[in-house]
Amino acid sequence: MSTSYAQGPLAPPAGALAPTQPVTLRINGEDHTLQIAPWTTLLDALREYLDLTGTKKGCDHGQCGSCTVLADGKRINACLALATVYQGRQITTIEGLGGEDNLSPLQQAFIDHDAFQCGYCTPGQICSAQGLLNEGRAKTADEVRELMSGNLCRCGAYTNILSAVMEVLHDGQVVVDNGTLVTIPMQPISANSAA
Amino acid sequence: MNSFTLTQAAAVDEAVRDFAGHAGAAYLGGGTNLIDLMKENVSRPAHLTSLGHLPLSDITGLPDGGLRLGALATNADTAWHPEVEARYPLLSQTILAGATPQLRNMATNGGNLLQRTRCYYFYDLATPCNKREPGSGCSAIGGQNRVCGVLGTSASCIATHPSDLCVALAALEAVVRVQGPRGERTIKFADFHRLPGNQPELDNTLQPGELVTAIDLPAQGYAKNFTYLKLRDRASYAFALVSVAVGLEMDGNTIKTARFALGGVAHKPWRDPAAEKMLEGQTASPDLFRQVATKVFAEAKGYGVNSFKIELGKRAIVRALEQASEMDQAIDSNAFLNSNP
Repeated sequence: MSTSYAQGPLAPPAGALAPTQPVTLRINGEDHTLQIAPWTTLLDALREYLDLTGTKKGCDHGQCGSCTVLADGKRINACLALATVYQGRQITTIEGLGGEDNLSPLQQAFIDHDAFQCGYCTPGQICSAQGLLNEGRAKTADEVRELMSGNLCRCGAYTNILSAVMEVLHDGQVVVDNGTLVTIPMQPISANSAA
Repeated sequence: MNSFTLTQAAAVDEAVRDFAGHAGAAYLGGGTNLIDLMKENVSRPAHLTSLGHLPLSDITGLPDGGLRLGALATNADTAWHPEVEARYPLLSQTILAGATPQLRNMATNGGNLLQRTRCYYFYDLATPCNKREPGSGCSAIGGQNRVCGVLGTSASCIATHPSDLCVALAALEAVVRVQGPRGERTIKFADFHRLPGNQPELDNTLQPGELVTAIDLPAQGYAKNFTYLKLRDRASYAFALVSVAVGLEMDGNTIKTARFALGGVAHKPWRDPAAEKMLEGQTASPDLFRQVATKVFAEAKGYGVNSFKIELGKRAIVRALEQASEMDQAIDSNAFLNSNP
């Protein structure tokens, strides 16, 4: 039995597809040249082409924050970013913040505060918290809660995530500058900022 | 997502030409709405003209004392710009009430104006929607319309414009600068978005190929007496059910100038100049605010699930006007408390 299509086959002929193009991305301080289509997202480029699977695909619609990475030190949703338009930007992923032998202050604080359960949202939470530190806007626990609202945790580890972020915030700001972690002197924190 | 081609334009004219040269083209700004709509198959552009390299990210002062917001300045950079924080705190507060830090770091000012409705049926390809597919019908009328409008609706569409930022821009009487195949022009903010009528597929008055290049703020930023009141289902990261942006110029308890706009209730940020006039020259009082709120919603029409927005909207106007008009007094009373521990 054959299947017929009223309006022709669903997939366009291969020749009609836009050709892939070489795209050079600067990830965690290193340049990588990929041959990708214009619709490849930064998230898919990281996970499917560069095996940087620390960055997670959750909703794929910019709602859950599990794909959070830093572009020039600012947190973004990699699922809504087309890789090709992020050429020339400094991308930092969870792998770039630190590894087993050199955990970043936030990574260590997440362990110390038991700030995750299943761990799926954690790379996004940490990258987002790093973005929060870079911004230097949040001082109080309520401000941290508000400025972490782009990261969902289905396990509900929010209380401990907040504790971990507050600890690093109190200890002095660690920011991503030009792709590397830099510690800057502790900022004065007002009396009502206790977690 | 459908397949598409992509060009990265380096200059505004080049972008406008590139757009004109490709059938089914769309401009790509920060992508936070467009890429999502493409993943949902609601938008299916054959070509994207990417604007990321255009020199439109600056925020600069204007000779008349106003401020020009580049169309490609991100929402975050705008909200936290020192001039915006100091002179247009209403705008700063309003931007920070919307989306998430990640989205605000990507989303551009121009793109914010052009975001599409969050009506559930607009996203649901299995249901009719006149905005998505003209002539197919409106599923929100008689359906789940909690997020839909109660003012300026039509028999073909009751969708709302989802932006927070635009509500402040309406109250501040911003001017939108655009460039298209026929050159440059400016559009008053009140004329930028439109009501659905029988063409709900059109969200705004841009002509095909026109590109937003900047948003100009007048010198008056209402930095002393302002408020953005946003009522929503969650305390953070939710669209407004009803929101009110207010800017007042006060002389003691007398309102000299009043501007306010509502979000979440209509196809565009809702201004009511006659209601603003009712406030001007009058002494601020809850009674006056209630009269104004009643006037704004006099012609409102609820659609069942969303009918609560009429009463909620009235109360939101009263509270927002109270907050804005009493801001100086609130500061005084704090001073009193501080000096009398």
